[in-house]
Amino acid sequence: MSERYNFSLTTFSPSGKLVQIEYALNAVQSGATSIGIKATNGIVIATEKKLSSVLVDETSVDKISQVNEHIGVVYSGLGADSRILVKKAQKIAQVYYNIYKEQMPTLQNVLEVASVMQEFTQSGGVRPYGVSLLMAGYDHQGPKLYQIDPSGSYFAWKASAIGRNSTNAKNFLEKRYNKDMELEDAVHTAILALKEGFEGEMTENNIEVGIAVKDSFKRLLPQEIRLYLSII
Amino acid sequence: MDYNGAALVAMVGKECVAIASDTRLGVQFQTVSTKFQKIFQMGKRLMLGLAGLATDVQTMKERIDFRLKLYTLRENREIKPKAFMNLVSSMLYEKRLQTTFYTSFALFLLFSRFGPYFINPVIAGLDNEGKPFISTADLIGCSTESTSFVVSGTCSENLYGMCESLWEPDLVPFKLFFTAGIVEVVSNVHV
Repeated sequence: MSERYNFSLTTFSPSGKLVQIEYALNAVQSGATSIGIKATNGIVIATEKKLSSVLVDETSVDKISQVNEHIGVVYSGLGADSRILVKKAQKIAQVYYNIYKEQMPTLQNVLEVASVMQEFTQSGGVRPYGVSLLMAGYDHQGPKLYQIDPSGSYFAWKASAIGRNSTNAKNFLEKRYNKDMELEDAVHTAILALKEGFEGEMTENNIEVGIAVKDSFKRLLPQEIRLYLSII
Repeated sequence: MDYNGAALVAMVGKECVAIASDTRLGVQFQTVSTKFQKIFQMGKRLMLGLAGLATDVQTMKERIDFRLKLYTLRENREIKPKAFMNLVSSMLYEKRLQTTFYTSFALFLLFSRFGPYFINPVIAGLDNEGKPFISTADLIGCSTESTSFVVSGTCSENLYGMCESLWEPDLVPFKLFFTAGIVEVVSNVHV
């Protein structure tokens, strides 16, 4: 019987807003900054890895994850929520691969993850996910960068920023972005955009960078990030 | 598997593929119809042939159609022959249950039926680059790709024999059409 009722916590306010979703977006806005830039030959996603204490072992924290061979994802907001979404995204991609023996296209994965997030704005007894995702992938449709919000809406961007200082970072990206940008250049721009609102010194251990090129995604190793930082 | 009978063949030529089948629907030695379709166009350059139990041929055709339409709507593109093969293959390997509405788990156990569809699919098509693709699978979806020819159905031995003697690499469309046609006509002892 209990299945018949749906006590959704996300209900309309008289003015037509869903305040639970706005609160979720606030959680995103107070999370660490993440940047994504689409270049001609790939996509870069980057984020700051802010740790609560210097005593935390920074090698144990991974904020950028790989979804399938060519899709990578980064989040801003609640880390614990993001893990669930990433796990779902990976599973969705794997189920697709099992059926077609072909890597799941980026857009298809975005669509599925977005529906999961939408479901959590309309179901009973749950709260929306407190994360926004930047999903990057390079498939038959070329390089693509998507942002997925707690409401379940998604957008394709040339460049975007989420999390703390995202407005400043977006302004920065608007000035620096051009459509003929190549990946190397985009990585630099992403790091510079992160630097805009960065508190303290930026090192290879307190940022993360991931790049998607044709049919493959990889996270940069600390020594590779150091190389980029040294020539800024 | 050989209750209704079928003879299917697919071949690779130079930048082309051919697929041929008989149209007989029989019940053992009695011919019921000679207008039974066993080859279906699944895309602009993608053909599916289904040999086996006629009822399963038709059911499976409808089920594959359904999945394919969802795919094209979702992805807004035509499926590649290889991905299509894997789709068919995974559909055949799924656990098959009777599609009755079960009010309880006990009824589900009582009336659910496990068993394969009694069909052998043959797929022939060209991919985006125009590269030929042919393949076949058994009734539980174990697929085999080929670069020459594949056969399926009740008289597969005869089809193999004719293919092995008539087929040669890089046949042009016109010649491939007749080779596949002759293989079909000579092998198909039912017609």
